Amino acid sequence: MLKVKDLHKSYGPVNVLKGVNIDFKPGEITAVLGPNGSGKTTLLKSILGMVIPQKGAIMLDGASILGNWQYRDKIAYVPQIANFPGNIRVEELIRMIRDIRPGAGAYQELAETLKLTPFFKKKLSALSGGTRQKVNLVLAFMFDAPLVILDEPTAGLDPVALIILKDLIAEQKARGKTILITTHIMNLVEEMADKVVFLLDGTVYFHGAVQELKEHTGRDHMEKAIAAILEKSYA
Amino acid sequence: MLKILKYSFTDLMRSRWSYIYFLFYLTLGFVLFFLNTDLTKAVITLMNIIIVLTPLIGTIFGVMYYYSSREFTELLLAQPVKRHTIFAGQYLGVSLSLSLSLVVGVGLPFVLYGIFASAAIWDFATLLMIGAFLTFIFVALAFNMALFFNDKIKGFGAAIILWLFMAVIYDGIFLLSLMLFNDYPLDKLALGATMFNPIDLSRILILLKLDISALLGYTGAVFKDFFGNPLGMVVSLSLLGVWVALPVMLMLRQSSKKDF
Repeated sequence: MLKVKDLHKSYGPVNVLKGVNIDFKPGEITAVLGPNGSGKTTLLKSILGMVIPQKGAIMLDGASILGNWQYRDKIAYVPQIANFPGNIRVEELIRMIRDIRPGAGAYQELAETLKLTPFFKKKLSALSGGTRQKVNLVLAFMFDAPLVILDEPTAGLDPVALIILKDLIAEQKARGKTILITTHIMNLVEEMADKVVFLLDGTVYFHGAVQELKEHTGRDHMEKAIAAILEKSYA
Repeated sequence: MLKILKYSFTDLMRSRWSYIYFLFYLTLGFVLFFLNTDLTKAVITLMNIIIVLTPLIGTIFGVMYYYSSREFTELLLAQPVKRHTIFAGQYLGVSLSLSLSLVVGVGLPFVLYGIFASAAIWDFATLLMIGAFLTFIFVALAFNMALFFNDKIKGFGAAIILWLFMAVIYDGIFLLSLMLFNDYPLDKLALGATMFNPIDLSRILILLKLDISALLGYTGAVFKDFFGNPLGMVVSLSLLGVWVALPVMLMLRQSSKKDF
């Protein structure tokens, strides 16, 4: 489905990605993990075409995506920071995105589930961080895209919304979608992810099942397993 | 692109500042045309204001719009939309809404004044066209600066310095060099120097149109001498066109290479 081959990206003198190779399979949830500044967001943004890599290839369904834009029709993206133009209303923003990107499905039910409907007439600048994140989720999940990318989707969400988010992700998985997620919440990874990609210093340190990571590090908890890798790398 | 343009345009049309800008021109127009008996004088006063103010407002609005809509731009970048489409749409949205404020703001008093019956209609139309040109040029330059600098303060500073350079410093350097090299023939230099500054170029275009030699200054006199009146108009007008096209092309090139 999605293949990343020998991806290199540097911002000036800082090498963020130094030859990343990953093969993402359909129907799998892959958690992209790594310490701050390990290149998680850069990797996701390269896939989205927002960051232009210096070297390497990204293939989606066998076709190279670099320099293209039509392929983004196959992607639903939940960004890390949910900042929107402040002077427009939630409803207007949703309508605007539906207008700009054809092929959207119904969103009312989704908004209802997320308890977002009461905020429809509110201006985006008046919303809390968690509510904005819900807007983000509606904007992404109203499209039926085969590739779902979530960059820290849990930021600001309350426990109820978190449960809804998990259900949403599980439902997407059941429909055979390829799901990429970055998060610092290890519970979420343990509960949901099939595979883990661990980025360290711009390379893939580990790619495999969650269970394998635990065996690999000899720890029985995700958090401890991750901590073990980090301690080793800092040492 | 039209959809992005539409949203940028309506976004700006709802902004308080667009109305202030519009009301400013409206007031200015009324004051100049109804308290002034000499229409040519009114047009010249208007010219002096438009030639400095439209670039400044274009610069400020361009930079501010880019930075304040950055997050929304990122949201658009993740959608199946071409980068060129996004930035061309936003650019046209800003430029068109500012031009509209100018044209309607100054145009309304003019129409009420009974301009259609007057012979000054073409001078006036030239003036508005120049104002629109300057808006398109300086919004494009501002977008370039904003794309180049990720830091808002730096981008804003660079864009304002560029405006200051074109509006004030350029002329100063130019006059200084004329004084210093008084003994040499400077016609060609003056001619060349004018083409590299859209504000100078606009001033000459309007003055050629109004045919006021006294106000042309050294550059204008050379310009008129060299090209003759109608040809001078055509050349300066097409140069303004180049001044729009080049920054827009540069902006689109920058946008397609940038990391967001």
